[in-house]
Amino acid sequence: MTQLALVIDLNVCVGCQACVTSCKQWNTSGSAGPLADFNPYGADPTGTFFNRVQTFEVGEYPNTQTVHFPKSCLHCEDPPCVPVCPTGASYKRATDGIVLVDYDKCIGCKYCSWACPYGVRELDEERKVMTKCTLCVDRIYDTALPEAERKPACVLACPTSARLFGDIHDPASAVSEAIRKNAGYPLMPEWGTKPSNHYLPRRKTAVRIHEDELVRSDNPLKIDGLLPKPAKAEPSLDDVTSW
Amino acid sequence: MRPDLSVLLLTTLIGAGQGLYLALVTVQVYALFGLLPAQDGRAFFAPGSAIALVLLVTGLAASFFHLGRPERAWRSAAKWRTSWLSREVIVLPAFIGLVFVSGVAHFLHYGPVLAELPSGIPVDATVVLGLVGTVLAFALFLCTGMIYASLPFLREWASPFTVVNFTLMGGASGFTLAAAFSVWTAPSLTPFLAAWALILTLLAFAGRLASLVRNAKLRPKSTLQTAIGIKHPRIVQTSQGFLGGSFNTREFFHGRSRGFLRSIRWLFPVAAFAIPAALLAAFVAGAGAVLLPVAAVVQYAGLLAERWFFFAEANHPQNLYYQAIG
Repeated sequence: MTQLALVIDLNVCVGCQACVTSCKQWNTSGSAGPLADFNPYGADPTGTFFNRVQTFEVGEYPNTQTVHFPKSCLHCEDPPCVPVCPTGASYKRATDGIVLVDYDKCIGCKYCSWACPYGVRELDEERKVMTKCTLCVDRIYDTALPEAERKPACVLACPTSARLFGDIHDPASAVSEAIRKNAGYPLMPEWGTKPSNHYLPRRKTAVRIHEDELVRSDNPLKIDGLLPKPAKAEPSLDDVTSW
Repeated sequence: MRPDLSVLLLTTLIGAGQGLYLALVTVQVYALFGLLPAQDGRAFFAPGSAIALVLLVTGLAASFFHLGRPERAWRSAAKWRTSWLSREVIVLPAFIGLVFVSGVAHFLHYGPVLAELPSGIPVDATVVLGLVGTVLAFALFLCTGMIYASLPFLREWASPFTVVNFTLMGGASGFTLAAAFSVWTAPSLTPFLAAWALILTLLAFAGRLASLVRNAKLRPKSTLQTAIGIKHPRIVQTSQGFLGGSFNTREFFHGRSRGFLRSIRWLFPVAAFAIPAALLAAFVAGAGAVLLPVAAVVQYAGLLAERWFFFAEANHPQNLYYQAIG
């Protein structure tokens, strides 16, 4: 079993929105049709996006952290949006675990978006069908692309490598290792949806200084300066005591 | 959630249609056992079925306006194994077809005796159709209610109250309508139907108040802490990621003020239950039959307000992610 997913490192995300724009660029240009924008330069702009970067402030001044939080479809292992679809347009691929919408079958009833607690499905107002992150399924298997580019557009665009892509069911994959070693967690675990995308928490890079690093263990009497010169006849142990 | 007029009309109209048909079948079954005077098919049951049919078909037509791609609506019968919406899409036309056939059978006085009860009472085709229709009507109430009750994180909806109240409110509005209808077609039945309408309206009142109390006590399971997975009592969103609107900011919010929501919460129990119950009780106590059509109209308007509130009250956890523009 393969379950492709993104692992997003909140520790290094700087909220630059590069993943948002690259996602929009790739997915609005594909054969599946445009992600429509309305009034892009007007008073009340609106449009369809698969990926959003949000910003949260955690804590109270002066002890605050600004957390940039990218959010796209989590490709749940138990997706609540799939069984509610009356037409079967919303489905989860058995081969790689990607949750997709068949735009030719979708009737635009919006029921799947009601059934998603994360709010990652957006109805395209022009095509009148439900749209969502595809993990760039039209990219990651494209053999015409160089192997290094067979990744979702957002992953390639991220300047700080905050987005990792891979198979979370393979314990040796980079994403599994990142989740394991850096305490990756899923969102809203209370609903039992088992999101495949994981988030790596903020981590403080702390320098640990041990006591014996502050006090020289070879100077127990704390006498500064050069050590007394041993006599020439005395045996020498190292460069310090030898002539 | 945003109350969409097409869904408000769908759920209230088909509920009243189902209730009206159930009232007709109730009259027929009572008459079968000699508890009520028998009614002529062409004068009572056929026009009653026609009104139910109009309500059901109007509701079905309204539902198409909810769809982005109504021309593909036929596809929605596919996933009945998993989706309550798909099940509703199958049961609703089946029920409409049955109401039509049953109405036509009454109109043509087509009633071959299919069976005989041990007491010697003949059971004709219209009775059998009525019983099948009863099963379908309850199945439809179940499907409509479960569409909402089966979404666990919409906690205002995810309770047995949703299904029970859809059934009771549909039954109440249908019986009130049947009582008003009988004023012209079968005045001897009016007290019977008005009494049942009163009972169902009071039951629906109790059920809806109970669900209001339940929902007022709900504590959200999802919080900003679980939404972004950070353990801190004070988390504030400073940007939802875009300056304009999106599907997420429109579909999951009723778009009215808190005061408006609160006023509807007080208005709908009065209009949907209290006033109709008072009018029905006044009729049962001997007041004029003109009260019954008034009760039916007020109750339907009240149920529209009830359905608006049903949607507006439901707080979707995705709203946690869309709180600040910046």
